[in-house]
Amino acid sequence: MSTTIRIQREDFDPQAEADALTQERNDVGALATFTGFCRHEAGALSALELEHYPGMAEKELQRIAGEARARWPVQGITVLHRFGKIAPGERIVFVAVSGAHRSEAFAACEFIMDFLKTSAPFWKREHKVDGSSGDWVEAKDADDKALERWK
Amino acid sequence: MKAVYFAWVRERVGKPDEEISSPASVVTVGDLLDWLKGQGEEYAYAFENAKVIRVALDQMHVKHDTPIAGAREVAFFPPMTGG
Repeated sequence: MSTTIRIQREDFDPQAEADALTQERNDVGALATFTGFCRHEAGALSALELEHYPGMAEKELQRIAGEARARWPVQGITVLHRFGKIAPGERIVFVAVSGAHRSEAFAACEFIMDFLKTSAPFWKREHKVDGSSGDWVEAKDADDKALERWK
Repeated sequence: MKAVYFAWVRERVGKPDEEISSPASVVTVGDLLDWLKGQGEEYAYAFENAKVIRVALDQMHVKHDTPIAGAREVAFFPPMTGG
């Protein structure tokens, strides 16, 4: 089954994306999905602005999906990531993995998110409610540590 | 070679991309960072802490000891914060 990678400014419909991996099939036993949202950070944040490296971002997500396929016998993989200004409560990222069984679907979904966070070329900048902007979100050690379990 | 910059590296350098032509003594990505640092105060500022700068050659992540020979595009950016 296919891998779908999309990087887009506009929102997406998680249910429609999930359905696309399962409809008209009778071999899917499990579908794991993850949706990441923009938080308001205790009311201080008015938006996140996401910058990406066009071309490389798609390639890197394809590479990560390919690594997941090499590890687990999954069926479909969908990875969507938005760019531009995103307000608190809005969706940023979506990963869905279908498989015959839950273990590979869960594992591949988490694996893809962990590697997306640390190696897909996206950067977040904060816009504050008070009108100030310019702070780039710093990378977290916890995200690097999350990769260790996949070694 | 085309150089592209992202996030705060782009802001500090003051442009999103440019053509660069480094001398023959620049062999690795690390050498290129050192050379860029000397190209003006905006570059010195962008690359002051070169260790944290991530680099891609032709849109593939590379380490600082990777040779740059043959690359058409080099990208410099901070650690990634997507997702």
